[in-house]
Amino acid sequence: MGKTLSEKVWDEHVVRSAAGEPDLLFIDLHLLHEVTSPQAFDGLRLANRTVRRPDLTLATEDHNVPTVDWDKPIADPVSRTQVETLRKNAADFGVRLHPLGDVEQGIVHVVGPQLGLTQPGMTIVCGDSHTSTHGAFGAIAFGIGTSEVEHVLATQTLTQARPRTMAVTVNGSLPEGVTAKDLVLTLIAHTGTGGGQGYIVEYRGQAIEELSMEGRMTVCNMSIEWGAKAGMIAPDQTTFDYIQGKPEAPKGADWDAAVAHWRTLRTDDDAVFDKEIELDASTMTPFVTWGTNPGQGAPLSADVPSPDDFDEPTDKVATEKALQYMGLEAGTPLREVKVDTVFVGSCTNGRIEDLRLAASILEGRTVAPDTRLLVVPGSVRVRLQAEAEGLDKVFLASGAEWRGAGCSMCLGMNPDQLAPGERSASTSNRNFEGRQGKGGRTHLVSVPVAAATAVRGTLSSPADLPPVAALQEA
Amino acid sequence: MDTFTTHTGVGVPLKRSNVDTDQIIPAVYLKRVTRTGFEDGLFAAWRGDPDFVLNDPTYAAGSVLVAGPDFGTGSSREHAVWALQNYGFKVVISSRFADIFRGNSGKAGLLAAQVDEKVVQRLWDWLEDNPGGEITVDLESRTVRAGVGEDAVEDSFDIDDYTRWRLLEGLDDIGITLGHDADIAAFEATRPSWKPVTA
Repeated sequence: MGKTLSEKVWDEHVVRSAAGEPDLLFIDLHLLHEVTSPQAFDGLRLANRTVRRPDLTLATEDHNVPTVDWDKPIADPVSRTQVETLRKNAADFGVRLHPLGDVEQGIVHVVGPQLGLTQPGMTIVCGDSHTSTHGAFGAIAFGIGTSEVEHVLATQTLTQARPRTMAVTVNGSLPEGVTAKDLVLTLIAHTGTGGGQGYIVEYRGQAIEELSMEGRMTVCNMSIEWGAKAGMIAPDQTTFDYIQGKPEAPKGADWDAAVAHWRTLRTDDDAVFDKEIELDASTMTPFVTWGTNPGQGAPLSADVPSPDDFDEPTDKVATEKALQYMGLEAGTPLREVKVDTVFVGSCTNGRIEDLRLAASILEGRTVAPDTRLLVVPGSVRVRLQAEAEGLDKVFLASGAEWRGAGCSMCLGMNPDQLAPGERSASTSNRNFEGRQGKGGRTHLVSVPVAAATAVRGTLSSPADLPPVAALQEA
Repeated sequence: MDTFTTHTGVGVPLKRSNVDTDQIIPAVYLKRVTRTGFEDGLFAAWRGDPDFVLNDPTYAAGSVLVAGPDFGTGSSREHAVWALQNYGFKVVISSRFADIFRGNSGKAGLLAAQVDEKVVQRLWDWLEDNPGGEITVDLESRTVRAGVGEDAVEDSFDIDDYTRWRLLEGLDDIGITLGHDADIAAFEATRPSWKPVTA
């Protein structure tokens, strides 16, 4: 019997395997940031251990950094200490760091791919659950806790039980204006937040193959939101074209050898998955969340659901609690939900294609009077590219705020937060209670929905906007 | 890590599903660079509500949390486990745990005991009849027990063999792996030259 993609990559990294024990897996790339690493470095010091492979380790500052005044000392002393601790740890243990102010700084899951460090067939871990993003390249990539960060620092390996395998096949093509984000939000509403638990998922099918690398990253990024261990997509010409020429991509004969190997990283025709799900992309529409977990979503054209719409008692209770927290009435058309803040950014939707798409909708339009639009590039490189293309001017002309790179309002750890009761449409990945600030209410949306919502002030898609020409004549 | 064999302590019913790690400890509490002191952030948003279970003095000494399904979803922050431990919890019982949370618990020494959904309901019912009552969680025999007589609850829980063994023995994972140093070195010698390096 043949092997699935994930089984091939897994098997290539098994250092040691013994009956009744989890496999010992070699880690090709370990990414670090300031929030989940300090206690791990402390653990090394206490045990008098070193970083085994600093040459396979990369650190950046993203979760807890300001997106304004990034050239000045961090105002919050506790945040500053955390960031300075990473700088000291990186220096003490010989780890490459891209700090605030460096041209390669940014969200760790944006930085890895843009440097060309994320490549097919690798194992990649980071103390961050959205490490699944890197699976878009055909890597096994997943988030780990701080104890495991310490384990990887000390040994460059992890003990891991072999997950089960699942295929999510998305047939057909996404309709015009429907994005990778809508696809994955639709999937999560279908599976629930625990549907992927214990599985490495391979996304496949026509709609997946037709996605750009950035779209594929959006899909894999949100694998964790339905509980999957990791999500991955088989590398193809789109993948190779994206990687070629990146700073850390293989060159010359190494490139040829790498591509030859990468071409073998496909699920064999006779391989069997433990579970399979099929979806039809052609029926998908702009999709938004109404509740307090990423599985509580509906098409933008729908109404806010009622607890009575659900059969399971736990779903009824969860819906009731979610509507109460979100301040929503069952039966309200989602398009009538008024939004205070729109956030475009994060490791889900903070790359250059996302900013181009947002700018294309905002060009010639203005943000609604009572609405705030925050545009936060995923990395300094993304910011500089956007500025080279003049996208920053489009954002500023529309009334948006144009910020520096970082995780920002996705998790509300730095000062970019919602006020209690404030409602956002956010291109990020989590709508948990208080995720973007205590008492804040989050609707997860795609980039086009975010941009259109900023203009209309209520949840909207670009189709709801009058043409720019008509605006200019009026 | 301390060994874990059995624990008896006050059961705390948390009647919610999808308790994500942002609820367990919001991001603004993650700025410390230590493993301690996170108890003030535990369920921070909910503790403002006087009716929240942890604000009930009955559960002041609570150490066994009994929660709804999909506990610990979302962020990989191990701070969620530390916050529960810093507060005094030794065990979390749920019918389904998110993978990363379960892994972090095993590494940090918090027991994540997975039971059937019906067992969670029976424990909730029992705690309603016996507020402040104690639950015993025996890792050796993988059983959870509460009460005596007719309304007693006793059932088995799931935990993988490897984590159970490590908890029972109180073993240091890194120490175990470093025992396989020769295997790691042998593997490293076979890695293709085109694989990327950061240095």
